[in-house]
Amino acid sequence: MLGKLSLSAIPYHEPIIMGAVGGMALAGLVVVAALTYFRKWTYIWKEWITSVDHKKIGIMYLIVALVMLLRGFADAIMMRTQQLIAYGGAEGYLPPHHYDQIFTAHGVIMIFFVAMGLVIGLMNIAVPLQIGARDVAFPFLNNVSFWMFAAGMVLVNLSLFVGEFAKTGWLAYAPLSGLKYSPGVGVDYWIWALQLSGVGTTLTGVNFFVTILKMRAPGMTMFRMPIFTWTALCTNVLIIAAFPILTVTIALVTLDRYIGTHFFTNDMGGNQMMYTNLIWAWGHPEVYILILPMFGIFSEVVATFSRKRLFGYNTMVWATVAITVLSFLVWLHHFFTMGAGANVNAFFGIATMIIAIPTGVKIFNWLFTMYRGSLQFNAAILWTIGFLITFTIGGMTGVMLAVPGANFVLHNTLFVIAHFHNVIIGGVVFGAMAGISYWFPKAFGFMLDEKWGKRSFWFWLIGFYLAFMPLYILSFMGATRRMQSYVDPSWHPLMVVAWVGAVCILAGIMCTVMQFYVSIRDRKKNRVLSGDPWDARTLEWLAHSPPAFYNFAKIPEVSSVDSLWDRKERGENIYEEPDHYEDIHMPRNTTAGPVLCLFALIMGFALVWHIWWMAIGGFVGVIVTFIVRSFNEDIDYYVPAAEVERIEKEYRQQAEMQA
Amino acid sequence: MIEKSLKSLKALIPLVVSALVLSGCNAALMDPSGPVGKEQKSLILSSFWIMQIVVIPVIIMTVVFAWRYRRNNRKATYSPNWAHSNKIEAVVWAVPAVIILFLGIITWQTSHSLDPHKPIGEEGEAMEIQAISLDWKWMFIYPEQGIATINELYFPVDRPVYFNVTSETVMNAFFIPRLGSQIYAMAGMDNDLYLEADQQGVYTGKSAHYSGKGFSQMSFETHVTDQQEFENWVNRVRQADRQLTYTGSYQDVAKPSVNDPVEYFHPVESGLYERVITSFQSGHGQPENGQQPTGAEAAE
Repeated sequence: MLGKLSLSAIPYHEPIIMGAVGGMALAGLVVVAALTYFRKWTYIWKEWITSVDHKKIGIMYLIVALVMLLRGFADAIMMRTQQLIAYGGAEGYLPPHHYDQIFTAHGVIMIFFVAMGLVIGLMNIAVPLQIGARDVAFPFLNNVSFWMFAAGMVLVNLSLFVGEFAKTGWLAYAPLSGLKYSPGVGVDYWIWALQLSGVGTTLTGVNFFVTILKMRAPGMTMFRMPIFTWTALCTNVLIIAAFPILTVTIALVTLDRYIGTHFFTNDMGGNQMMYTNLIWAWGHPEVYILILPMFGIFSEVVATFSRKRLFGYNTMVWATVAITVLSFLVWLHHFFTMGAGANVNAFFGIATMIIAIPTGVKIFNWLFTMYRGSLQFNAAILWTIGFLITFTIGGMTGVMLAVPGANFVLHNTLFVIAHFHNVIIGGVVFGAMAGISYWFPKAFGFMLDEKWGKRSFWFWLIGFYLAFMPLYILSFMGATRRMQSYVDPSWHPLMVVAWVGAVCILAGIMCTVMQFYVSIRDRKKNRVLSGDPWDARTLEWLAHSPPAFYNFAKIPEVSSVDSLWDRKERGENIYEEPDHYEDIHMPRNTTAGPVLCLFALIMGFALVWHIWWMAIGGFVGVIVTFIVRSFNEDIDYYVPAAEVERIEKEYRQQAEMQA
Repeated sequence: MIEKSLKSLKALIPLVVSALVLSGCNAALMDPSGPVGKEQKSLILSSFWIMQIVVIPVIIMTVVFAWRYRRNNRKATYSPNWAHSNKIEAVVWAVPAVIILFLGIITWQTSHSLDPHKPIGEEGEAMEIQAISLDWKWMFIYPEQGIATINELYFPVDRPVYFNVTSETVMNAFFIPRLGSQIYAMAGMDNDLYLEADQQGVYTGKSAHYSGKGFSQMSFETHVTDQQEFENWVNRVRQADRQLTYTGSYQDVAKPSVNDPVEYFHPVESGLYERVITSFQSGHGQPENGQQPTGAEAAE
């Protein structure tokens, strides 16, 4: 009846897990109780869960990503603590079966549910506003994307207290992830969590690709698009091209595990090298999916806070496009040690290094944007400066890893760990923090507290260097990755430093939490009704803060890259009231989105545990919901001109009162 | 809050410095004991130093530009619309391109000179050792000597060693950091790796690629000795008088286990290593004769 699921799947004998579960359950209970007490359920359902508004969906992505950052970081500090004590024969406090799940979960959560959530969340908030659109091309799909992402997230977290998570590393290399070597449900959780959220990501890719190509404001040619929109476009091209590879690869693993095929098994003609190639054919573009939008954010931030045009806009665009194309030609550098011939290795090594050229050019362009600018040192620009230095070092170690001859001794060591945290923390995390600092007042209508933001930056920056520079040195001492314990006591001092670094990063995260708390507490005082608190350059700052649900009462016209800045330069009144308002065509909220994804979640859970009736039920639920929704003709409506006028007038009044 | 953290940071600095100094003493990759490792050390260092041509100026420019062009510095020039310069563009494309061109040439050369499949020394000079990764231990077979061990490796100094590497289980990587390159061990495939030690000593070897529960303990000692001591060791192993056959003792040894002690086998069934590889070509356990693909061929 319940497949492989029984009470013994709940790890009630593990105090650490039960503690974590208890904490999560308590937090969930508090949220539910608060919603009930304040009678907010209808509000949550109508304004958020069923919303198709890109701004609200973006905010929900960010909330999920930041909560998952706490979970992923808890995994990180547990690993650091284990390596702090488990040396010279000591076993530490995490046995292998637990430690192996933690490093797998850390990687999966940080990449799929934190970094992707931050990237997609920020694209949602900023892209439609930047191009002067009223929403994305497919608002319903956007809602489905978010809830599929959330369903995957729920499944990963469910594995904590029902069963187990994968013990394979975040990419679940074959044949270790096959049924023979991983008979438990851990890999199945990995499979279905990634497949569910992968559907969401692919739909986002299609959605934003179409949005950017088809829905730009009049006059915004491709080469007048803000640079963040350009990077978002390239990222979505990468998503569309790369995620299907992941979907198919995981589907083949699924067939191996569920019906006994032999795509990646050791025997019967299975080929584990094929798995490694396929997973990295997705995996390498994936890192550019994460970093390109961050390059866009840094470009916006550095230009805005230097009060200066971005240096070399065209170069920036072409560098981004070059990276997009090249990112598909380098996947083999993740496994030079597999034993390919010298020519093959050399080709992929050199192809990898070539990416350093456009990336280096970008770095210089940001520097020359600051040159002869007028820099305002707020949190966003601090994150950018921290990024420029940290990412350059990370890029350098990346090129070192790209030299096959050197890679033969650096691969699988802590050098790799240090390198990719160097670029992911220095690039993606710092970029997301800069983006949140930058766009927060736009999304919420009040400023983020600068003091706590700057504290967070310093703790993150110092914490990063303390936590990861020792790992570079440890790699020279022969320290390999994913070790639950080690013998050599001479590694220990550096492990202590790395642990201190992790604690420092914890302080940084706490500062961010404080930053949100203080900012929300003082939101009345920090209210910015001017749509343009930073004196910025692009269209999103023309909308209200927070923007009306239709974004722009009148779609703006664009005549240059920094169109808003140029209009301000010419002395135009950018907030001039239009002589008349028009009806605005908007999409309706959807109940089908969340319902469909709930069925998908049920199906995923049932498939993990082989509860076939439930899996079929979930699948039928998904299909039926989709069919019912496609017969729903009432999916859009017009906001009458009078209503638009009322909203606009009210906003203007408030803004005048504040002024 | 910030002052407190600054204080604790100051306290940390000596700790970091002492850790750095300490680590210099036994950094395996920076103190290689063989020609492969030595070439890799110099490759790592030269690629590092070449890139400083860009890295150091970028770091300096970041700090200097950010400070000089801060908003309240009235002395600095402010040109809000200056956003293009052909000269600067040319330089910022050319400098990274030249460095990468240079590194690319080095990469091409060293990918060939450090190719793990490339023989070291004269033909027939290398000693052959077959390495099989098992859950979670290493088996080493010496076909010339007719012996095999678990978790212990001996070979003479200054003689190239030709490792054939495969796996009975999931993917592992055969890695002796002090000697240089690692290579994946994959079931059903015959990978190879040439190494040489030019200094006697005991070096830790391990699996570098995560392989499951007992991975952290999957290490072995590599004893590099003179010829005489090596021969003495071979004789010691021969006295073990425990036969290694594919259908017999090999199957027992291959069962998953963690933290295994060193074990010796003699005599060893000839062709055992090949039989381990071919066993995967159909259902496992029904060995068939046939050509096994080498790692190199299959990966290309």
